[in-house]
Amino acid sequence: MSDPVFVSTLELSAGLVLLCAVVTLWRRSLSAIVKALAVQGIALGAVALILGLRHHDGILVAVALLVVVAKGFVIPALLGRVVAGDPTSREASPLVNVPASLVGAGALTFLAYGATGPVVALVPTTAGRLIPLGFATLLVGFFAMAVRRKSVSQIVGLLLVDNGIALVAFLATAGVPLVVELGASLDVLLLVVVLRVLAAQIGTRFGALDLDQLRELHD
Amino acid sequence: MSWFGGALADVAVGGAQIAAVIVGGPLLIGVMRKVRARLEGRAGSKIHQPWLDLRKLFTKQRMRPEHSSWVFGVGPVVLVASALVIAAVFPLATVRPPLGQSADFFVVVFVFLLGSVALALAALDTGTPFGGMGSSRSMTIGALAEPALLVAILAMSIPAHTSNLPALVRIGLFHPEMIASPERLFALGAFVIVILAESGRIPVDNPSTHLELTMIHEAMVLEYAGPDLGLIVLGESMRLVLLLGLLVNLFVPWGVAERPGALSILIGIAAISAKVLAIGIAIAIFEVFSAKLRFFRLPELLAGGFILALFGAVTALAVR
Repeated sequence: MSDPVFVSTLELSAGLVLLCAVVTLWRRSLSAIVKALAVQGIALGAVALILGLRHHDGILVAVALLVVVAKGFVIPALLGRVVAGDPTSREASPLVNVPASLVGAGALTFLAYGATGPVVALVPTTAGRLIPLGFATLLVGFFAMAVRRKSVSQIVGLLLVDNGIALVAFLATAGVPLVVELGASLDVLLLVVVLRVLAAQIGTRFGALDLDQLRELHD
Repeated sequence: MSWFGGALADVAVGGAQIAAVIVGGPLLIGVMRKVRARLEGRAGSKIHQPWLDLRKLFTKQRMRPEHSSWVFGVGPVVLVASALVIAAVFPLATVRPPLGQSADFFVVVFVFLLGSVALALAALDTGTPFGGMGSSRSMTIGALAEPALLVAILAMSIPAHTSNLPALVRIGLFHPEMIASPERLFALGAFVIVILAESGRIPVDNPSTHLELTMIHEAMVLEYAGPDLGLIVLGESMRLVLLLGLLVNLFVPWGVAERPGALSILIGIAAISAKVLAIGIAIAIFEVFSAKLRFFRLPELLAGGFILALFGAVTALAVR
């Protein structure tokens, strides 16, 4: 893989990961949010694949395929089933409105660039320069968990955090060992399955997945 | 003598670009209407119908509202004049337009806005509720689109180390890998959103509606008739061509003339016409399949454009 092609495809894939994180804040329809998550999973896999091809690292290529299958297809499919079962599948009134949360995402991106300055200085490679994108994805994920009300959006926020961590790991160390990645991916998959079952249970008991309403039931 | 020859060539190039924009603007509108009509199952009017409408408008008697001031008459003139200036100095057909050295991106944007502001003021001038409502809405959208546009320009200027428009186009021509760089792609997303907003197309404004609840641009020009209205229609179509021409030349620069000479300018004009026509048809197709956004949802769309531009600028600043 030639140098400029490597640099621009890597930058594009990493940028796409952050862009998808922001799209989950931008869109209101839950199915669009889940689709953005799927695209993000594929972009994350692309980052690993490009790095793997660049460093002739067969294990990293295998990890990339695993990431694409797990985060690009299996987890979004599971979430998609929750969304399909929810009659009001829209994020109607997030705690922070959409324009403000987009501006917040912009501020978090700046924060990520500021905070990861020392880390970037430690990794003087093309991939190292992109670490702030992964960190920004992580922060946007936290933000999504904090301001969104639907359980699906909060699960998506959690997965954004996970994808952000994975992106930083790929970019900083050119990949974690296969066993660790396998463990982390299975962990997340299990988490999503549990949350999906939980969401389905909440849905059948109370007829809605709005977490604020659940809190009001307790009062 | 060589100075005189250079000036003459500049006048010829500028004149050719202006002529292409004036002739092409209404034709582009005609093509877009035709595409929409065909996709909606109607026959549609002729492609040169906007020109026939303009001829009709310009032969009509000049009529102005009774209590309007000079602002009302100046608005359409400033709109067309600003579009003419931009048409002359824009790198549309060639990367060496006349006055190319001073065709800074920021200057061009503000000359462009001069037309919008003049029209908004003229619409307020008559004191009718519709004019004021249209101006208010148009300025709201403009105020939200403006930061996105300026930050997007910043995102493109930082890696190029210049905000000179012909230079930006030339860089795209000689370094194609810069076009696919993330900051340019982020900026492209922002540009598309801003251009849809500034040119009043769906999903921001519906150019073919006269429903008082939704119209934005049409509300502003409701009081105009005859030659004044003709100027506004012509000016708006020129602005659409200019915006789309800017978009395609920044992101698909191939075909723009690099060398002086009549033949290369002609090829450049043919290339830009084909590119603008293609993107115009794409927009028309998109409009058939999408609906206008509610006015109160527009800040979300434009904030999305702003965040794209911001990402572009941050990437350009921190990654380079």
